[in-house]
Amino acid sequence: MKIKSLSRAPAPAGSDVVRQPRNLDPSQHPFERAREYTRAVNAVKMERMFAAPFVGQMGHGHVDGVYTMAKDPGSLERFGSGSGDGVIKVWDLVSREEVWSVRGHENIVKGICWTPDRKLLSCATDKTVKLWDPYNTESKSPPLATYLGQGAFTDISHHRTEPAIAVASGAISIYDLSRPASAPTQTLRWPTSTDTLTSVSFNQSETSVLASTALDRAIVLYDLRTSSPLHKAILNLASNKVTWNPMEPFNFAVANEDHNIYIFDMRKMTRALNVLKDHVAAVMDLEFSPTGEELISASYDRTIRLWNRDRGHSRDIYHTKRMQRVFSCKWTPDNKYVLSGSDDGNIRLWRANASDRAGIKSARQMQKIEYDQALIRRYSHMPEIKRIKRHRHMPKPIKKAGEIKREELNSIKRKEENVRKHSKPGSMPRQPERTKMVLGTER
Amino acid sequence: MDQLDKISGQDTEPSNGQHRQTTLARKRPTAVLSQEERERQRQVAEARKKYGRGRPVRLNQVKDKKLKSALRRIENKYQDAVLGAKDAEILLENQSGFLQPESALERTYKVRQEDISEAVSVQQAKKSFELKLDLGPYCANYTRNGKQLLLAGQKGHIATCDWRSGKPGCELNLNETVRDAKWLHNDQYFAVAQKKHVYIYDAAGVEIHVLRKYVETSHLEFLPYHFLLAGVENSGFLRYTDTSTGQIVAEHPTRKGPPTALAQNPYNAILHVGHQNGTVSLWSPNSTDPLIKIQANTGAVRSIAMDRSGHYMLTGGQDSRLKLWDIRALKEVHSYSTRQPATSISISDRGLAAVVSGTSTTIWKDLLTTGNSSQPGKVQSPYLNYHSSLGTQVKPNTVGFCPFEDILGVAHSSGFTSLIVPGAGEANYDALEVNPYETRTQRREAEVKSLLTKLQPETIALDPNFIGSLDVRSAEQRAREKDLDAPSREEEKMAMLKERNRARGKNSALRRHLRKKGGKNIIDEKRVRMEQMRHEKSEREKERITGEKMELGPALARIFYTSMNTEA
Repeated sequence: MKIKSLSRAPAPAGSDVVRQPRNLDPSQHPFERAREYTRAVNAVKMERMFAAPFVGQMGHGHVDGVYTMAKDPGSLERFGSGSGDGVIKVWDLVSREEVWSVRGHENIVKGICWTPDRKLLSCATDKTVKLWDPYNTESKSPPLATYLGQGAFTDISHHRTEPAIAVASGAISIYDLSRPASAPTQTLRWPTSTDTLTSVSFNQSETSVLASTALDRAIVLYDLRTSSPLHKAILNLASNKVTWNPMEPFNFAVANEDHNIYIFDMRKMTRALNVLKDHVAAVMDLEFSPTGEELISASYDRTIRLWNRDRGHSRDIYHTKRMQRVFSCKWTPDNKYVLSGSDDGNIRLWRANASDRAGIKSARQMQKIEYDQALIRRYSHMPEIKRIKRHRHMPKPIKKAGEIKREELNSIKRKEENVRKHSKPGSMPRQPERTKMVLGTER
Repeated sequence: MDQLDKISGQDTEPSNGQHRQTTLARKRPTAVLSQEERERQRQVAEARKKYGRGRPVRLNQVKDKKLKSALRRIENKYQDAVLGAKDAEILLENQSGFLQPESALERTYKVRQEDISEAVSVQQAKKSFELKLDLGPYCANYTRNGKQLLLAGQKGHIATCDWRSGKPGCELNLNETVRDAKWLHNDQYFAVAQKKHVYIYDAAGVEIHVLRKYVETSHLEFLPYHFLLAGVENSGFLRYTDTSTGQIVAEHPTRKGPPTALAQNPYNAILHVGHQNGTVSLWSPNSTDPLIKIQANTGAVRSIAMDRSGHYMLTGGQDSRLKLWDIRALKEVHSYSTRQPATSISISDRGLAAVVSGTSTTIWKDLLTTGNSSQPGKVQSPYLNYHSSLGTQVKPNTVGFCPFEDILGVAHSSGFTSLIVPGAGEANYDALEVNPYETRTQRREAEVKSLLTKLQPETIALDPNFIGSLDVRSAEQRAREKDLDAPSREEEKMAMLKERNRARGKNSALRRHLRKKGGKNIIDEKRVRMEQMRHEKSEREKERITGEKMELGPALARIFYTSMNTEA
């Protein structure tokens, strides 16, 4: 008879390393689904518990509201901001301190942008565009150059490679920065449009294309090579801001007065790629994240929201008690933080991911975070997890406004349905949400 | 060309035509597979069998391209995981024990404990010991990792010890009846069912809780993943207490008198309660009625045991039958006879079953493992036999396999005996799940981790993997389930059945159903309802006839009914 009994070798003497052998046999791991689900619930709860999006504010902010901000494309830590009293400031993100400031304009600074050689351009309602050099000059030093225009300027955008800027007022004026002459080299406008433009933006990949939005509710695309407008789409309400997706050169998003954000493909403007709905007041500013996957929007309802480009609703909402109407927002170039400039004159720094922490993480911590993320993703369809993940504390007025808005929209929809029910079949076709707001397009 | 032939496995005088055929054939999805491909598929199938979670999705049936590619990605991930787990088997370092006859004449059940002790290593032989204690009969319980042993004598003696090193833990003399004792989640706490209440003691033997709601509890079970202490009382009440919060989670009356056995299914944490009338009822804290009732034996059920996979149940009854039940299909698989009623059964991690009947303890192998057919074969002879060396009057009370060891603990009327049963224990433990060699820090860490992943009592169901799966019930059905007044689907079906069954022939749908499906001795909800309906129907018929008789008057009725009966 062969007899063998189970005996395990003792741990080698002298070693104090604890051995932890594994056996992946499923029968040794009962309730794996239930336990994994419990872990997922814990993970999503932890994520919410550690959600602390607000990092701090920049120095002492501005005296007047912050209406525009611009990141230095050549630096991870510098950005500029323009205020309602004509003051332009440059900030250091690391120390969150002001490094340069000037009272550059008589009136509201409506747009600022950086040139590739790290100079700062600002435009204001006092009909001037000024060129500053914050890196090499002291605060309060005079501008390097001044360009004069016909009307109040509303926005400014720099060409990716050429020394050219597009400035929006009644029309788009293209200035050549290499020539100190103060007259625009080109003027672009849609032949029939008369109203003021609200924003202009150069495409950074397809560099000669630029987009603009105007008070006459139009989004117009222009091409510098032919120096002519390409395409025009008219929406239901005016748009406040247009921004290009840095990763998908043909896609852009507009911030609309009707509380929504529309993402368009410039090749097919009859239909939006996506409609982002959640704000309860006009969207004032928006920007794509450097990865092109996400968006941040600033709204007149005193909140900023973060969006996934392909989801219809925001993934997060940031607000504080003291933050007033938000007029500008930016994503930092490292994709980890967002900035918001509001009417109360403060520039606030937020985490792009509310529960993220910046400290150096050990491999085990990283592993844990990734595992938790995977768990949440895996069980994201479960009602409990969905509920916890979606839970946000909202300011009462915004919550209330949302409820009222929802009720109103539902009643409109209901009424429309009733009318449809009592009219000739087929006479009132349903319009998709993504084409509803496009009133017309012209080429 | 030669190579092609080798691959496709055809080597007899290839003509050109054949060659073309093979090359063409290899492009078709149903073509002959190459050797490597076949080998790989075999490996995948083998790995899937052990480590797979359910069947893979049939991608060719998915129409949506996006979904299809997403599913393919997930399936590939699963397959990688399965193959990785299979590959990781190379790291398993221990082999399980065995008892192997070398000639056809040798029988394993003739091997005595002394022979085994001689054959195994000294260190292992030391694990076979005998404790003579005189406040018995005793019952014994090992911790989940098998490190500590808890002995409870009926006359009030409680002792714990680290049985491997022989280090005593605590010893108590309670001076009252002790009915059962169980360790809680680790070796720091244990629960004792005493004369009146259930008490919880810590490792030092200090009483820390009294569960006053538990009155005259006869059997205890602890569900380690849910932190639930379940006790069933002589009154028939089954109570669950959450030991992490101290709250009573559920109290169910079994309504079957004093229970005779209690066991938990380690696969789904369902409790099996044995009753006097031979039924075994399955309980979860979420339902006030038993989930299933099984007429397991004809006499009282004396002992129940389930295997680790939750597939099979062994019940020993007062009718001297030991029955093997498939509790997934709810079928009786085999029935064995025992000389005397099996009073205690234990199934080890590797599927060995120890059965106590009378004064003997027999250990059976391959009771649950599948033979060639889909069912386990009927085993003819036991694996090992054990009779106490202390004499014939020593009656084993409970048996229990020690987890992760080849040890069977037999608690009997005059103490405790530890036997070596080669091949009983799981050789390769998972230290992150249950660690038999855990240190103090590991134990503490494991306690915190297990509390963090404590499962809610709501997750206890017959299928423990229902969480996260899609609710395929229709919206209509879900709405009906929410509405407590609405008739259940079964009832509606029954109503339809009744509607259809206008002709009062012998061959009614109900009868046919009962004849075909109701023959088994499983009494579930449906069956009970059917019986009741049949009863009601016959009552109605009787009523109708008496009514008609009344109408016709006694004389006419006699003529009418006798003529009807002769016609029939």
